[in-house]
Amino acid sequence: MIELLTTRHNPLVDPTLHVWEWQIPVYLFLGGWVAGSMVLTGYLQRQARAPGQSSVSDRLPWIGLVLISLGMGALFLDLEHKLYVWRMYLTLQPLSPMSWGGWILLLVYPVLALGALAMLADGALDRWPRLGAFARQLQSHTATRWLSVANIVVGIALGIYTGILLSSLGARPLWASAVLGPLFLVSGLSAGAAFAHVIAPGHEEQEQLLRFDNLFLMTELGLIALFLIGLLTVGAVHAQAAQLLLGGPFTAVFWVLVVGLGILLPLAIQSLMVAGRIPHTIVAPLLVLLGGLALRFVIVYAGQYSEWISP
Amino acid sequence: MARFGMVIDTKKCVGCMDCVVACKTENDVPDGHCRDWISQRLQGEMPDLRLTITSERCNHCDSPPCVTCCPTGASHVQDFGKVVLVDHDKCIGCKACLAACPYGARFIHPDGYADKCTFCMHRVERGQAPACVDVCPTRCMHFGDLDDPESEVSRLIATRRHFVLKPDAGTRPRIFYLE
Repeated sequence: MIELLTTRHNPLVDPTLHVWEWQIPVYLFLGGWVAGSMVLTGYLQRQARAPGQSSVSDRLPWIGLVLISLGMGALFLDLEHKLYVWRMYLTLQPLSPMSWGGWILLLVYPVLALGALAMLADGALDRWPRLGAFARQLQSHTATRWLSVANIVVGIALGIYTGILLSSLGARPLWASAVLGPLFLVSGLSAGAAFAHVIAPGHEEQEQLLRFDNLFLMTELGLIALFLIGLLTVGAVHAQAAQLLLGGPFTAVFWVLVVGLGILLPLAIQSLMVAGRIPHTIVAPLLVLLGGLALRFVIVYAGQYSEWISP
Repeated sequence: MARFGMVIDTKKCVGCMDCVVACKTENDVPDGHCRDWISQRLQGEMPDLRLTITSERCNHCDSPPCVTCCPTGASHVQDFGKVVLVDHDKCIGCKACLAACPYGARFIHPDGYADKCTFCMHRVERGQAPACVDVCPTRCMHFGDLDDPESEVSRLIATRRHFVLKPDAGTRPRIFYLE
């Protein structure tokens, strides 16, 4: 038996760490969603299409700009020393994933903005002829291919960094897993595919995105299993952290909201949709988005709750 | 180059909290916050119980996760004494360092930056000991250069059984507790 008494009662730290509230999970979710959308945009931009045929990849950069701005707004709200935020961009700290993330976010904006500009309809920029000429250049085959590569590379970097950001903070055993990076990336891909399916203009593209999303959801299930197995097998402290999700205060929300309603149910619905057994519905994509948000909330909150228990 | 550390004799510490009060006074620590604190660990089963009292603060780790995670370089290891400090004008208040510290040694100052024990560097640079060490009525706290084999802290570590807090976290803390 060990009983610990302490005179410390610092805000945000005691009795358990709770430095990050809704802003960080919301940012991680929106960042992941944008990351997934960028990768899908890059992939779809490389697909051949008939002249005049529209694609969801024309719309995603605009939506990405809105979502990433909302995410960065949430991130800014979380900062305690807000007026000093510019300090992020006077340095690159090679060992800090948060520093890398700050710079990756700076790359996200121009890639999304160029993609959005390239997709503007002819005539939309008549009042700004130079901008219109630049937009037409961006629509060239070469520029489109470069833009698709940029979308895929920056999207993967953004998606993985959101997970590594947490796993690099070794003081929290629940986060001490390299699987978090790929897990958050795949969850972001899933959210991106689910949402793109809803706004895709063509039936063929909708079907393709549904199949992608089902693949992402199954991969996400596998990564969650690896995440838990890794924690359970690496040592006592990490196994105890895993118990937060396997028999502790976060168990119900994790298995019901993240796994049940966020992965298994939409996977079942979308499988029936792909098989043509039921018509397309927005219920499944909405559940996927809900599950992605719940995943970030559970991992961020439970991770802060976990700590090294040795004396 | 010095590498400052602390040795605290748990056989002598009575948990009087003089160190806590001295730190708050010396460093103008805001109300409701503390840079150092007292912990009591009661271990064992009746009737074989052991009470260990420890005066705790930032461990100024040799491998400080709060420094590596900092996105601006505000958290840094100072050359003089290899002490972990926070540059208030570089800190954006992202709280990553609070999440990265396994000891819960940091807090957010009401002005918005991350704050913690500095080993009273302003005193040490004048040749004085940290305030907590200076006021301890039982003289259970010792401060000095761990790289100097002739220093009091090095001799105590070499000759007495000791432990550090949460060694498994891999941070290599520089506060040693004598058993």
